[in-house]
Amino acid sequence: MNKRALLIIPGVFFMLMLGLLLFGLGRNPSMVPSALTNRPLPEFSLPSLNYGSIQDISQVSTEDLKGGISIINFWATWCPPCHIEHPYLVEISEREQELTFIGVNYKDDLDEARLFLEEKGSPFEKVIIDLNGRLGIDFGLAGAPETFIVDSAGIIRYRHVGVINHQIWEETFEPVISRIN
Amino acid sequence: MIPELGNFSLILAFCLASLLVIIPMAGAITNNQLWMSLSRPLSTGIWVFMALSFACLAYAFLNDDFSVNYVARNSNSLLPDRYKFAAVWGGHEGSLLLWVLILACWSYAVSLFSKNLPMDILARVLSVMGIIIVAFLLFMLLTSNPFERTLLNTPLDGGDLNPLLQDFGLIVHPPFLYMGYVGFSVAFAFAIAALLSGRLDAAWARWTRPWTNAAWAFLSIGIALGSWWAYYELGWGGWWFWDPVENVSFMPWLVGTALIHSLAVTEKRGVFKSWTVLLAIAAFSLSLLGAFIVRSGVLTSVHAFAVDPERGMVLLTIMLIVIGSSLLLYAIRAPVVKGSASYTLTSREVFLLINNIILVVATAAVLLGTLYPLIHEAIYGEANRVSIGPPYFNTVFVPLMGLLAFVLGIGTFSRWKRTSVAYLKQQLSKILIASLAFGIIIPVIVTSEFNISAIVAVVLALWIVFSIAKDIFDKTSNKETFIKGLKALSLSYLGMQFAHFGMAVTILGVCLTSHYSVERDVRLAPGESEIIGSYEFVFEGATLQQGPNYQADRAVIQVLRNGEDYITLEPEKRLYFATGAVQTEAGIDVGLFRDLFTALGDERGDGSWVVRIHYKPFVLWIWLGALFMAFGGVLAITDKRYRSKKIISDSKETTKVKANRSTKPELVAQS
Repeated sequence: MNKRALLIIPGVFFMLMLGLLLFGLGRNPSMVPSALTNRPLPEFSLPSLNYGSIQDISQVSTEDLKGGISIINFWATWCPPCHIEHPYLVEISEREQELTFIGVNYKDDLDEARLFLEEKGSPFEKVIIDLNGRLGIDFGLAGAPETFIVDSAGIIRYRHVGVINHQIWEETFEPVISRIN
Repeated sequence: MIPELGNFSLILAFCLASLLVIIPMAGAITNNQLWMSLSRPLSTGIWVFMALSFACLAYAFLNDDFSVNYVARNSNSLLPDRYKFAAVWGGHEGSLLLWVLILACWSYAVSLFSKNLPMDILARVLSVMGIIIVAFLLFMLLTSNPFERTLLNTPLDGGDLNPLLQDFGLIVHPPFLYMGYVGFSVAFAFAIAALLSGRLDAAWARWTRPWTNAAWAFLSIGIALGSWWAYYELGWGGWWFWDPVENVSFMPWLVGTALIHSLAVTEKRGVFKSWTVLLAIAAFSLSLLGAFIVRSGVLTSVHAFAVDPERGMVLLTIMLIVIGSSLLLYAIRAPVVKGSASYTLTSREVFLLINNIILVVATAAVLLGTLYPLIHEAIYGEANRVSIGPPYFNTVFVPLMGLLAFVLGIGTFSRWKRTSVAYLKQQLSKILIASLAFGIIIPVIVTSEFNISAIVAVVLALWIVFSIAKDIFDKTSNKETFIKGLKALSLSYLGMQFAHFGMAVTILGVCLTSHYSVERDVRLAPGESEIIGSYEFVFEGATLQQGPNYQADRAVIQVLRNGEDYITLEPEKRLYFATGAVQTEAGIDVGLFRDLFTALGDERGDGSWVVRIHYKPFVLWIWLGALFMAFGGVLAITDKRYRSKKIISDSKETTKVKANRSTKPELVAQS
């Protein structure tokens, strides 16, 4: 074999890597791999928040989330991006009636959380109280807001870090949901 | 006015760099002495204007000029002055400015300490560095100008520096890291210049060695500082996370280590030339890859700057041009003729080759693990993203380093050309027995448990230390006293032994901390305590404290040793006003043989808190080892050989070089 031909190998390797990096640039970086993806929901049983007309404060557990596709959104009043995404969530939840929106109020002041939902409207069917962040740890939360798509069998199918808006909903959430269906 | 001056200096530096690319290179091709000699003043000019530009941005930060967008985003009027200064490199644009400034510093240093260098080589080297400066200045001026201003509606106050970065670590970590990263551009430029001129010889290797050592020493310290910073600032008690951004700083270090060893073979024996050139190109290419990964957001990381695909595109283009053309040049010009020197299977050449193979395989493994999420996604689609964690890296990397440590011991005694197996056996048998015996007995006696991984680590560390000690004693035994013998040894030899000793120290630190750390997360009410070994940690409660731009819950943890007062640790949990971010500040008692680490978690009502208490034996040794390595690198640079007035040529090509212009010894590390 011609020895000079061997000297091309580093160049070829480099071009392959460059192609890979180019591919990497084109993708959506806010979709974060989660160790939980395609795994069942962590087991939990936590109290729910009463606010406005909702006075039911029964415990919510993993079992309650099975039977339909649910969107689990971790939020808190102390988190500015949560204020930004809130109106979108309200709008989307009104449009997407077949999805169950579950809020997890993450390490928050409960009175402020109530006030927040009463003032701005609530996209959530239920709000789970995660006062000490225990559930956040089980979900591998990096911060708020984060949103998970859970299928009817209680398997986490997708994790999104950061704010949700219309564009993100259409481009990343809708494809995942239609695939589950 | 000042920011405009800074911007203008950047543009001037860009113009000078463009001239540096064209004129000296054209001079080298046409053999025009005047054109070539312009490389020195041009490098000086670039350095002056980059420094001026940097000073202007620092001025804007220190004077709270929030009309400058970059200052408004990364500073705040309440920020202490030292952090205002460090905030210059706290974001993408400013850290890029620092990157280019350091590049300019290196090329200025080359122009200063190059009295021994033939003019055409110097002209080519500085021209190649000029290409990189031009590319990055263009990138900065077009997409990331730190001097952009908002003159109407100037913000009243800034958005504040990321609290994670408000720390002594930020002041020192990036400059050292960049000195290392960017320093490999010198070895790169020398390699390209050698390929262009066709003079790939021992002299080339000798010129490259001190620069490579210097960059490598800076990078060693930079990585160690980053690791130490993560340890006390992130509040997890971890010191290495195999995060993509850590990996991209580690890969140039691994390849740089291989390069240092390969350069030794090329200089002394004139073999492995093509391989050495490839390593020089690879080390700097990996630095560029690092810049790309940190600044494009292509991989998710705790360190990444704001995600911007457009910047990524520009950086990718720079990589394509710089690395692509150098690899093309390599394929065309690298020598394929086998070096004339011969060597046998147990020669020093071969042991250094094994060192290179291990280090390159380790680099490839880290690269694969870092890029694997992308590869996986390219094959299986977006829905199946994966992340590669420490289990993969530890499984692959740790055994390779074990092997490296083993070969290191043998390599110490090997000789150039050929070493007889009998000689190696005679030299090594006692060392093997001693390191096995002490390595097994000491951990078992001290801890009264049999932990096989810890024993392997201690055996390997002792193996290195004993072989260093024996080699030094052998080499000094012909002198009347040990001290006289030591003085007779060359500084580059002592530098090598220091660096190898550092490796043993780091191995011990890493392995013993990993295996013997005690970690507790406990809930403590005031007055309650937690006992680890002979230490008792008494939680005295937490109080609210005011800082300049934050408020903090500060806990007081009284530590008793054997029931007696020992020290008070005060871990903090800070809330920064401007960003609303929460940041932990660990309370650590640093010791040579163990650290006591405490961090404050969440309050649980009734005055009790979650407190993280770690007992970490030998953790300091991780960074101590890095210091030894860096010191070894610096010591090797100061060797007389590199400062000789004449180039002692051992190949025909360099004999025609007129290199005796030097007036005084010049080539010393600029550390």
